[in-house]
Amino acid sequence: MSKMNKRREEQERYRTLSDIPVDRLYGPEKPDEKIGIPGSYPFTRGIHETMYRSRLWTMRQFAGFGTPEDTNARFRYLLQKGQTGLSTAFDMPTLMGYDSDDPISLGEVGVEGVAVDTIEDMETLFAGIPLDQVSTSMTINGPAILLLAMYIVAAERQGVPPEKLRGTLQNDILKEYIAQKEWVFPPRPSMRVITDMLAYCTEHMPLWNTISISGYHIREAGSTAVQELAFTLADGFAYVEAGIEAGLDVDDFAPRLSFFWNAHNDFFEEIAKYRAARRIWAKRMKNVYGAKKERSWMVRFHTQTAGCTLTAQQPEINIARVAYQALAAVLGGTQSLHTNSMDEALALPSEKAAKIALRTQQVVAHETGVTNTVDPLGGSYFLESLTDRMEEEAERYFREIDERGGVIAAIEEGYFQKEIADSAYQYQREVEKEERIVVGVNAYKEDEKIEIDLLHIDREKQTDQLKRLQSFRARRNNDEVDQALAAIRKASETGENLMPPILDATRKGATLGEMVNVMRGVFGTYREPAVF
Amino acid sequence: MDNPIRVLVGKVGLDGHDRGVKVVASALRDAGMEVIYSGLHQTPENVVRAAIEEDVDVVAISILSGAHMTLFPRILELLNGKGRDDVLLCGGGIIPEKDREELMKLGVGNLFGPGTPTTEIVAYLEKEIAARRGK
Repeated sequence: MSKMNKRREEQERYRTLSDIPVDRLYGPEKPDEKIGIPGSYPFTRGIHETMYRSRLWTMRQFAGFGTPEDTNARFRYLLQKGQTGLSTAFDMPTLMGYDSDDPISLGEVGVEGVAVDTIEDMETLFAGIPLDQVSTSMTINGPAILLLAMYIVAAERQGVPPEKLRGTLQNDILKEYIAQKEWVFPPRPSMRVITDMLAYCTEHMPLWNTISISGYHIREAGSTAVQELAFTLADGFAYVEAGIEAGLDVDDFAPRLSFFWNAHNDFFEEIAKYRAARRIWAKRMKNVYGAKKERSWMVRFHTQTAGCTLTAQQPEINIARVAYQALAAVLGGTQSLHTNSMDEALALPSEKAAKIALRTQQVVAHETGVTNTVDPLGGSYFLESLTDRMEEEAERYFREIDERGGVIAAIEEGYFQKEIADSAYQYQREVEKEERIVVGVNAYKEDEKIEIDLLHIDREKQTDQLKRLQSFRARRNNDEVDQALAAIRKASETGENLMPPILDATRKGATLGEMVNVMRGVFGTYREPAVF
Repeated sequence: MDNPIRVLVGKVGLDGHDRGVKVVASALRDAGMEVIYSGLHQTPENVVRAAIEEDVDVVAISILSGAHMTLFPRILELLNGKGRDDVLLCGGGIIPEKDREELMKLGVGNLFGPGTPTTEIVAYLEKEIAARRGK
């Protein structure tokens, strides 16, 4: 078996607290073919042979608020503290492709994330941060191509070419229609924009993760674990098929696809979900799409603990919930992890709550000993059986989606949305009938006055951002901008790759909202079937 | 009930979190109310126009984006501007206690937080609307 790069283990010896030696791997002499061994097809037991003995998962906490300066200051603070990966949260208007001064942005500028309207905002966001030395994750989907262009141009102005940029663009538009609901264009043109990006990144950005195929939001919207698994992988297949149809070689782009899963409450079911995901993807990539590179077969993934399990009642209990969820993610073999803050059912996380969340991962990493051996739960009768069962259930959904004409047709008829809404309502009814116990909500209740300090957002920041945008518009050459926007319109119509004209317009100073408007003029807008 | 309570449940602004609003819509429907769901990404103007056209008793707004201090007062102002202060404006989402108190002082009805049983919302609406219709 060829290993791409055998990674060194951090310690010479691994031992329990009572000094019993711990081996790298436990299992039968002749491994079960279906389960395999860590680091080998079908990767049920994980994608690395040495796993956390060589490198812990990346602790990547999501941050972004206020103006680009505010978030830049937070980024620099995190980097000073030794963090090497950044994760950017954009505000709602940016996520939807609106400028901060659009009337619909009222009240939302810089509230849930950082506002980025222009190339200057992007430069400010990463000022003083050498972009060839950090990896940046950007949670952006509908207008992802525009934010990617701004990031490329910001790097260019630092003297860093796109070849050297490392990071991840969420760029998973399908789950927006299914669950997160922050879209810009209708599904079909969106898929075209994504294949344009795939083609560009495959050629120019070998270190960039092009799509983070996300189950997180599907789960938060109320799906079950099986639905999260199945719908997310189905989205992944749709991207692979779109890439192949656009003429790309599957082994050129599939290695840069990654995943983003939820870590919910049902401990073993969550672990089984990650394991089933790895096996299903590996099999499908190899056998159906003909991928030959091992890396194309691998599910590399980020995990975030489940925001929707956090309670507003007795919020401190959320620390315990997050800890168990984080442990499930680690036992499931995650490559990076965000742990939620205990106060998220009440407000955006305060600094203290965010610190406790990070410390929770550090306890799992350094104190529990679960990192000492690779896939410690592999071979458990219960877990392997649950893994098989989830795979079967997911396959059943794949057939259902195929019968409905594929992912996009199923989105357009509201199939996923209805499935998820039904699951969410059923869960709520079970909680209300006390068939499910939620500690502090329908059992062990207390009359309480919540006494934790919450983050307060300064609403004056909105005005700062509007002034900055006005000043930017006053300083640029409007004729140049108009020409550049016309080139985007033309590429939108003709089907030539959108990336070059968007990069050009970004350099000339077109704003996010202006570029989106031009594309919307060609692609149209989308209104979902409002089912409940 | 002969004259069922009519509710417009809505999402205002750019916030796409629609799990709660759909659960509440289903629960109100199952409790015998007539429910109209606005769909996502509505402006306050759209919601108020629809509320008046549909002649609803209640406008129930879900906001999880943090924009509640801008959007609730705007909807209230538009309703009052049309002389429709008889319509109950209430809602839910992630709304800190302090903001909730401030909004309720302005005349917004109950704002329900995460974990609220839907039965509590149903009971609240039945009581409020009975009182308003009794006037």
